Amino acid sequence: MFSEIERRVVNGERINKKEAIFLFNSDYLHAIGELAEEVSRKINQNRVYFIVNRHINPTNICVNRCRFCAFFRSPGDPDAYAMSIDEIIKNIRETEQCLGYLSEVHIVSGLHPEWKFDYYLEIIREIKREFPNIGIKAFTAVEIDHFSRISGLSIEKTLEKLKDAGVDIMPGGGAEIFNPQIRNIICPEKISAERWLEIVKIAHKLDIKTNATMLYGHIESYADRVDHLFTLRQLQDETGGFLAFIPLSYQPKNNKIKATHPSGIEDLKTIAISRLVLDNIPHIKAYWVMLGEKLAQVALLFGADCFEGTVIEERIAHSAGASSKNGLSVEEIVYLIKESGKIPAQRDSFYNIIKLW
Amino acid sequence: MVRITKKEALQIFKEATLYELGKVADEIRRKLHPEGIVTFVIDRNINYTNICINRCKFCAFWKPKEHPEAYVLTYDELTRKIEETIQKGGTQILLQGGVNPELGLNFYLDMLKFIKKNFKIHIHGFSPPEIAFLSKKEGLSTKEVLERLKEAGLDSIAGGGAEILSDKIRQILSPNKITSAEWLSVMRQAHLIGIKSSATMMFGSIESDEDIVEHLDVIRKLQDETGGFTAFIPWSFQPGNTELKRRYPEIKPSGAVRYLRVLALSRIYLDNFKNIQVSWVTQGIKVAQVGLLFGANDFGSTMLEENVVKAAGVSYTVTIEEIIEAIKQAGFKPAQRDTYYRVLKYFSQ
Repeated sequence: MFSEIERRVVNGERINKKEAIFLFNSDYLHAIGELAEEVSRKINQNRVYFIVNRHINPTNICVNRCRFCAFFRSPGDPDAYAMSIDEIIKNIRETEQCLGYLSEVHIVSGLHPEWKFDYYLEIIREIKREFPNIGIKAFTAVEIDHFSRISGLSIEKTLEKLKDAGVDIMPGGGAEIFNPQIRNIICPEKISAERWLEIVKIAHKLDIKTNATMLYGHIESYADRVDHLFTLRQLQDETGGFLAFIPLSYQPKNNKIKATHPSGIEDLKTIAISRLVLDNIPHIKAYWVMLGEKLAQVALLFGADCFEGTVIEERIAHSAGASSKNGLSVEEIVYLIKESGKIPAQRDSFYNIIKLW
Repeated sequence: MVRITKKEALQIFKEATLYELGKVADEIRRKLHPEGIVTFVIDRNINYTNICINRCKFCAFWKPKEHPEAYVLTYDELTRKIEETIQKGGTQILLQGGVNPELGLNFYLDMLKFIKKNFKIHIHGFSPPEIAFLSKKEGLSTKEVLERLKEAGLDSIAGGGAEILSDKIRQILSPNKITSAEWLSVMRQAHLIGIKSSATMMFGSIESDEDIVEHLDVIRKLQDETGGFTAFIPWSFQPGNTELKRRYPEIKPSGAVRYLRVLALSRIYLDNFKNIQVSWVTQGIKVAQVGLLFGANDFGSTMLEENVVKAAGVSYTVTIEEIIEAIKQAGFKPAQRDTYYRVLKYFSQ
């Protein structure tokens, strides 16, 4: 079966669900990686993208309380926090001064029970006003749904307001795993898969590009992963609005799901198969925060063409025990990409190349 | 399978893709270990002293005698550490210095006898630099030193101190340490009197691809001669807090891609070695798991204590349960082994 899959992929034909499941169950790690690398080269030549960015999580107070999450807190908790706009601006300014340059801020937040939609809009407006040249990647579909409910506005209207305020693109979080049975166990309070897809589709219609994610390695099956990938492929056929797909490797610490780390082998396989299935999404990201920078480097030869970024102060994965650093320097990223044999391409939020290293 | 030559090794190391190297190494590993078992040993690294005259530039562990953190372990501390190891199911201690100029052969003999008198535990100890030093200090032949250590209780020798077996590189990295020929000669002598040892290689500092192949070649030749090596363990230089990094600030820790290439090349070249170990201490668990498909069949030791790599700022601590789980997750059957790679215990699914 593998040689048939190989033949199809090399000819630019699509693989089907059965074949994708076969790949997950097989032990052809090297061959799957090699095939994914070939596809990656066709799409992105020999480049690996990265961005000088920082993460901002305005609050860890969240009404959702997902079982896999170790980041959320309740309002009275001693380590609950909620940032003021001044603090956010100060953080961005410090990072910009420290790195000498900043291309993007990535903003994902808890669903704070008291904050109004206007406060979120104000955050975006203020950042755009202070830093007009920095791309703003903000708010997952989960947050958009929350904003729409607290403001009484439609999803369209909510997204339009955010876009007017300065949101450039949307991150891909909150997708987790689309299978409703699994979702019901790991994140019962979170919006359904249908709702997530509906919101993302509207965003794409309003010409807001987004990413997509998949949280894997907990209690889902290979069939669940494959269904998830095929759902995304179908939506991308319709809208073309996804920029990048980011498989998120489950982090088992400090949460309520009994599962262990996916193995490094599992991580590489998942990235490679994602590259093979998602022939219509231009970029596959190796999220080093969860993989560790060492495995993320290997992933660049297993179908990933994007190394995320400098990140700076990641909080969510680290709450769940990620042992990676808090951020990487441009120098470190460039070195790792070059050692893998690829060409480092520094990018902006939309994957325009700023500089080839 | 036909043995590859040095020239061929260099060519595939430079030119083959990661997938090609991985596939061949994995095929060899499957042939040698078809049952899909991945072994590990429960042990603790005990560094009896950190005072060292070698002062290698890649090392962040050594201290001069006058340093406030300089130490020689007391028997009380030694006892406590070994008791803890045995309590946790440990079968071996890795006993290593420092080459401390004030400690003569009697110190070593007494320490070994003390351990053997009080504990039933395998002593995987010392490395060629310590043995060569004792031979010089005491004016005895290497053979004599080894025989006396063996008599006092030394069971096997650790493969450390090999670094890169190329004198050109050793001159820069560790000018005070024994030469490549001396390292090999101590190991030869040990093997000849029935002491087994492992072999290591530290890469990723300033060596070339040629140096790595040369290292593998001299190890393979000695193994042909003696058959005394139990396993080969490549690991990568960790630059934190080292003089080498201060002197060459541009040195970056070798990435996992190069690690996997070196691992696979080792499996392919060392056709007379039964076992290749992954180094989770330097690579992390996830890359170590991937290493099991790039030629390795052993997960090394649980390292209930580890000081040397930690001194260079790298610290992945894992429990025995996590190692068992990591091996299972990677699709293999975990088994606890002894120092000679004999399986002691399987862990059911």
